[in-house]
Amino acid sequence: MTLDELQALPTAAALISGAPGAVTSGKYDRQELMLEIAAERIVSACRFLKAEQNFARLSTITAVDWYPEEPRFEVVYHLHSPERNERVRLKCRVTGENPEIDSVTAIWRGANWYERETFDLFGIRFRNHPDLRRIMLPEDWEGYPLRKDYPVTGNRV
Amino acid sequence: MSVGDIPGVTTVETETPAQAPEEDMRPRKMTLNMGPQHPSTHGVLRLLLELDGETIVSAQPDIGYLHTGIEKEFEVKNYQQGVTLTDRIDYLAPLSNNLCYCLAVEKLLGIEIPPMAQWTRVMLTELTRLNSHLVWLGTHAIDIGAMSVFLYCFREREDILRIFEMYSGQRMMTSYFRIGGLALEPPRGWQKRVRSFIDIFPSRVDEYEELLTNNGIWIGRTKGVGRIALEDMLDWGVTGPMLRAAGLKWDTRKSQPYSSYEKFDFEIPTRTENDVYARYLVRIEEMRQSARIIKQALEGMPAGRWTADAPHVVLPEREKMKTQMEALIYHFKIVTEGFNVPAGEVYQVIESPRGELGYYMVSDGTAKPYRVHVRGPSFANLQAIPEMVQGTLIADVIAAIGSMDFVLGDSDR
Repeated sequence: MTLDELQALPTAAALISGAPGAVTSGKYDRQELMLEIAAERIVSACRFLKAEQNFARLSTITAVDWYPEEPRFEVVYHLHSPERNERVRLKCRVTGENPEIDSVTAIWRGANWYERETFDLFGIRFRNHPDLRRIMLPEDWEGYPLRKDYPVTGNRV
Repeated sequence: MSVGDIPGVTTVETETPAQAPEEDMRPRKMTLNMGPQHPSTHGVLRLLLELDGETIVSAQPDIGYLHTGIEKEFEVKNYQQGVTLTDRIDYLAPLSNNLCYCLAVEKLLGIEIPPMAQWTRVMLTELTRLNSHLVWLGTHAIDIGAMSVFLYCFREREDILRIFEMYSGQRMMTSYFRIGGLALEPPRGWQKRVRSFIDIFPSRVDEYEELLTNNGIWIGRTKGVGRIALEDMLDWGVTGPMLRAAGLKWDTRKSQPYSSYEKFDFEIPTRTENDVYARYLVRIEEMRQSARIIKQALEGMPAGRWTADAPHVVLPEREKMKTQMEALIYHFKIVTEGFNVPAGEVYQVIESPRGELGYYMVSDGTAKPYRVHVRGPSFANLQAIPEMVQGTLIADVIAAIGSMDFVLGDSDR
């Protein structure tokens, strides 16, 4: 959907005017709203949604690897507003070479472990994260298992 | 020395006094490693506690001991095979995970599930809630020193597991819900078995309450313990009975009904005290409400098929395979290569016994999921431990983490 079409959806319209330049496109599919956000604007978009649109909860953060496409990774945020009984999904594209995005831990402290998990399994670095280290795997693990070029079976040599 | 500096598994360390012995009057801090093999951590949770005497200065949960790469494994299994992995995520609520996974795929496929299958799903998912809450109550009470409650709870849990076994042939890893409906036709005589359980269950809840609700020791150990503000819980992503014990009336079964929950009459219990005791009362009342739902499902169970009318997804009946060419072809195709799911993405949410359980599923149009992310409620709930136990006594840590009701399989996946 283009930005003009998104204006019909209240949350999308509010975000487009509240955080200018953040929304690049979006989709309303199977009763779920998805908004693509410019990666460098993710913090301001989230801050606006929490402060002005009552999205008090961050449900989860994860990523999708679209290897060999470029930009390779998609960082996915699921936000929820219990008060408005509404959910929204935000997505940011980050490059495969040295993937980095700003952390949203300053907005929801609960983002901490989700960002650590995404870092652990995809190797995406979150800037300004207070404690970015592996969470599931041992500290000395090599590679990032949820990347598509990481094998499912086999032995380490 | 801060907690984070300690390498590997350290048992007990004391800070070396920097000053001369006669000046050493300042409080000493001790680091205690609780878990990962500690009975009250219910699984393999490691807690690094920094203690000042008996008071917790800081706590740091360490997870990952049960990480099995389930999310990666989804990507190499076809959609129907993936159901068996979901059992192993939250092993105390396997059917809740089955349900959420199937609902997500069905949403992508856009298929309609017949009422009979939906109601059976509701009934069995509520039995799962009872099963999970019973394990929680029994082990939580043992942690605090009430031994006998455990035996009472496991008596009823056994009845529930027998019902699961009757339905699916399995007590724990049921995999009974499949994409498109149920794995098998409900067994003959299920009504009698469920009725005899549900007729007696409310009086059994009274028994647990008799043992605990007015028990002086129980109240002393749980009232006013493990408090954490509602705003902080929302910030940390805590969900489920913990939020309801703090006064937030939010339950996905009511706010975003799925699998025809909107047709059932039940209440969402809430409390405002926001302590371990309130969480106990909320879960006890949830058990009574689940029993109500099961009774309604039992009495109003619609007739009809247990699988959807979707021949490309659901395996055909044996009889049809022997008489119809198309059925045989579908059977061959489903078994050898699975079925393609339209490209797209969904985030399906249900209310598991522990809180918000979400499956984020991305399909690229093939027969295997491109990506499955499981938002387990335990993962987010565990994050709130440091805030909950800071400044309390070490004995209260046991009560506080017991009241969270986490499953490490659910958090580590």
